[in-house]
This record gives sequence, structure tokens and C-alpha cells, in this order.
Amino acid sequence: MSSPQESRSSTLLLAGAWLWVGLPLAYGLYRLFLNAAKLFV
Amino acid sequence: MGFLARERQVAPPGWNRWLVPPAALAIHLSIGQAYAWSVFKTPLEKSLGITGTQSALPFQLGIVMLGLSAAVLGTTVERRGPRWAMLMSLIAFCSGLLISAAGVWAGQYWVVVLGYGLVGGIGLGIGYISPVSTLIKWFPDRPGMATGIAIMGFGGGALIASPWSTSMLTAFGATTSGIGKAFLVHGIAYAVFMSVGVLLIRLPSREFTAEKVALLKDKPKANVGFNVSANNAIKTPQFWLLWVVLCFNVTAGIGILEKAAPMLVDFFKESSTPVAATAATGFVALLSAANMAGRFVWSSTSDIVGRKNIYRLYLGVGALLYLVLLTAGSTSTPLFVIAAMVILSFYGAGFATVPAYLRDLFGTYQVGAIHGRLLTAWSVAGVLGPLIVNAIADAGKKAGHVGPDLYATSFYIMISLLVVGFVANELIRPVDPKFHEPEAAGETGKPSPKPDDEATVAKWNEAEAAESADKEDAEGVVKK
Repeated sequence: MSSPQESRSSTLLLAGAWLWVGLPLAYGLYRLFLNAAKLFV
Repeated sequence: MGFLARERQVAPPGWNRWLVPPAALAIHLSIGQAYAWSVFKTPLEKSLGITGTQSALPFQLGIVMLGLSAAVLGTTVERRGPRWAMLMSLIAFCSGLLISAAGVWAGQYWVVVLGYGLVGGIGLGIGYISPVSTLIKWFPDRPGMATGIAIMGFGGGALIASPWSTSMLTAFGATTSGIGKAFLVHGIAYAVFMSVGVLLIRLPSREFTAEKVALLKDKPKANVGFNVSANNAIKTPQFWLLWVVLCFNVTAGIGILEKAAPMLVDFFKESSTPVAATAATGFVALLSAANMAGRFVWSSTSDIVGRKNIYRLYLGVGALLYLVLLTAGSTSTPLFVIAAMVILSFYGAGFATVPAYLRDLFGTYQVGAIHGRLLTAWSVAGVLGPLIVNAIADAGKKAGHVGPDLYATSFYIMISLLVVGFVANELIRPVDPKFHEPEAAGETGKPSPKPDDEATVAKWNEAEAAESADKEDAEGVVKK
């Protein structure tokens, strides 16, 4: 069994890793949908 | 080298397997920048005084090098492990960008071709296959979903790079100095971004091997009880049938992707609701979204319905949708857009599902290397698809065709290719046991004496020993 502190750092690492890749991807998707909206304007 | 030794890449106890997909994404989101190369084309043409064909060469060489390096270096990538592969990808890809910066500053076009195309292209190939077998080992219960996430990242890379590079060129200026600065910033930023993948990637541990048995308990079909080496895999008809499936599925997708914007305008030119050129750029963006979403959604679905069935969908329904475009595409814009989006989702999904299909057919032992060799199908399709569509559209224009007629012949060819791909998929049967490796530790679903990776390392050592003995025999140094 891991200690609560280990579990907390493991969760932080997981969240950090997903944010590292998720934030640029979210930016890319935001710009993509701005472009896609042109089809409906 | 300690940090890169395969043993040092094995996860410590308690390592969360959900850290592996972001590691893979850090690499794929970066190398996916290649698909945003077009942003640099016009500025390079103006500042270096080169033609459109010349400015496309760094990208084209990069894609050729992707296929070649994945095929040639696949077994080395498997042997050295994902951390080594990701670091090599980082070095090659980012060096390519830095060499290009120097090339632009010096006004030397060929330095950009060699930097981005040759050196960077090797980084693309190693990076593309680097996380595949590791993801499959960590997610034996959902290999389609796992590889779908990574390969979705390759599509996503262009979505990030395209607006980012455009903003940078606007800020620095589209001169040789500005383009050079943009390449320099790209090289440094991607090195930092990819390094997180290098640090995070881990191979499954002994502890995970026990966990794997529990994961596969309710999914007996997800278990593969044999392994086939990369050298043996290419001797099987299954490999070449899958090569045809991938090649034709990709060619069919490129058929739309290559000419998406003018195609939409041409289809509705004569109708009561013509489509403006700005709206057509929105259509291209929607296709990119469908391409990316398909990689994750359909590949994950393949874990439930099976790999053969999902390719029946990509190829069979893909062919029917092309027929819909041909017969009714010009009657309704929403119908045209939706059909094209679904075709593009199948195109992306074909890439994303193929590693899991290979794992089902050949096991996990050298799946990354086999995947690398299969990617030559992509290189062929990358030439075949645009060639068919552009040549036929140009010939149609010369013959005085307008509107949907410009694309009818190429659509018929795409349908035929998809049907051939469908038949090839139908012909795929389990691999003949004579190609199986003698032992498949850790893959039988029973508790294994060695965890996955120790078994793989042991196999590699045996293979290397046998290979060097053969070499010595051939050279007459050692007689068996």
C-alpha cells in the first residue's frame, strides 16, 4: 500500500502529464473550430 | 548508458499506466508538426526565391524518410526500448529544425531540405513507432484505444503547429531572418516538449505482469498466445494483405484530403447554393477534426467489435460513402460534408487501428518493428493518392469537364481500391503456427516466470547471439 503522500504525488504527476499535452491540444482544437465555423457563416 | 539502458526503462512498483499515453502524445503531438509544413512554404518561396515544387521538397523527403526509417530502424527501436527511441527522435527532429534555421539564415535552400527532410524525417520515423509496442504492452485489454490516443496525437500536432507557426512568422516577419528565428524557436520548444515524453515513458514491470492477468480475465479474446518476429512476419501473406488494406484505405482518404476545398466549391458551383472559398476552408478544418476524432473513436471501438470487423466498416462503408458522394453529393451540402467527414474519420482510423491488428496477428514481441515495415504502405499511398486525384482532375479540366464530373473518375478508382482492400481484409486468417516463435512468455495469459519485458530482453539476447553466431559462420571464423 502506498502512503497518502505518495498517492498525492502520483495523482499530481498524472494531472501534470495530461495537462502538458492537453493544453496545447485544446489550443489547437479551439483554433480548428474557429476555422470550421467559417463553413456555417 | 545508464539512463537509456533497457533495464532502467522498466517502471517502478505502482507506476500508473495512464502516464504512458501522455508520454506518447508528447512525441506524436510534436512530430505531427510535419503536416503543418505548408505554413512555411510561401515565406520560403519569397525569401529564398524558390518554386512551389522546391518548397514542398523538405516535407516530401521527410515523409519518405518517415517510412524508410520506421522500416529500417524498427528492430533497433524495439531492442533499445522506447526511451532511447524517443530521445533519438527528439535529437533528430529538433536538429532538423535547427539545421533548417541555419540553412535559411545562410540562404541555402538545400540545407533546409537536408535538415528538415533528411535529418528531421528520421526523427519522424523513429518517433512515430517509438511508443507503439509499449502502449500495447501496458494496455493488453484495450490496445486499439491506447494506440488510437498516440496516433491521434500525430493528427493533433498539425492543429497546434499550424496557428502557432503562423503567429510566429507574423511576429518575426516572413524574411530569411524571421523564418530562421521561427525554426530556431520551434527546435527549442519541441525539444522541451518532447523531453517530458522521454522522462515519462516506462516499460511494464514484473508487478504489472500479474496485474495483466487480472485485466485479461474477462477478455479471453484480447489475449494473444504467440509471437512472430519481424523477419518472419514479412514472409506471411497476412502482413502483405494488411499492407494492401492500409495502403488502399490511406489512398482513398487522401483522395478527398488532397483536393477538399476546391472539391466542395466545384460540386456546388452550378447549384442554387454555391459554396464560397472561405467556407471551403472551414470544410477542410472539419475534415481535420474528423480525421483526428476517427483515430481515437474507431480504434477504441475495434477493441469491442474486433479488428477485422472494424476494417470491414472502414473499407465497405467507405466505398458506399464514395458512391453516395458520386450519386447524391451535389444535391445537398450537409450530405456532402457529413459523408466526406465519415470517410476522413475512416482514413485516420486506418492508421490508428493497424498496430492493434498487427498485435492480434503477430503478438507483442516485435510489433513496433513490424509496424515500422508496414508504414511503407503509407509512403506508397502518399504518392499514389495525390497522383490519381490531381492527374484526373487536371485531365478533366482539359477535357472541359466542370463540377462533380471533374472528380467522378477518381471517385470510381477510390471505390475500386476500397473494394480490393475489403477483399484483402476478408482473406486475412490467423498466422500459420510455423512462423510462431518457440516460446511466448507472458503472452499466454497464464502467470509467466518472467515479466513481459524481461522475456523480451531475453528473446533479444538470444536473437542477437544467434545472429552474431550466423555472421561468424558466414565469415568462416567460427564453425558450428
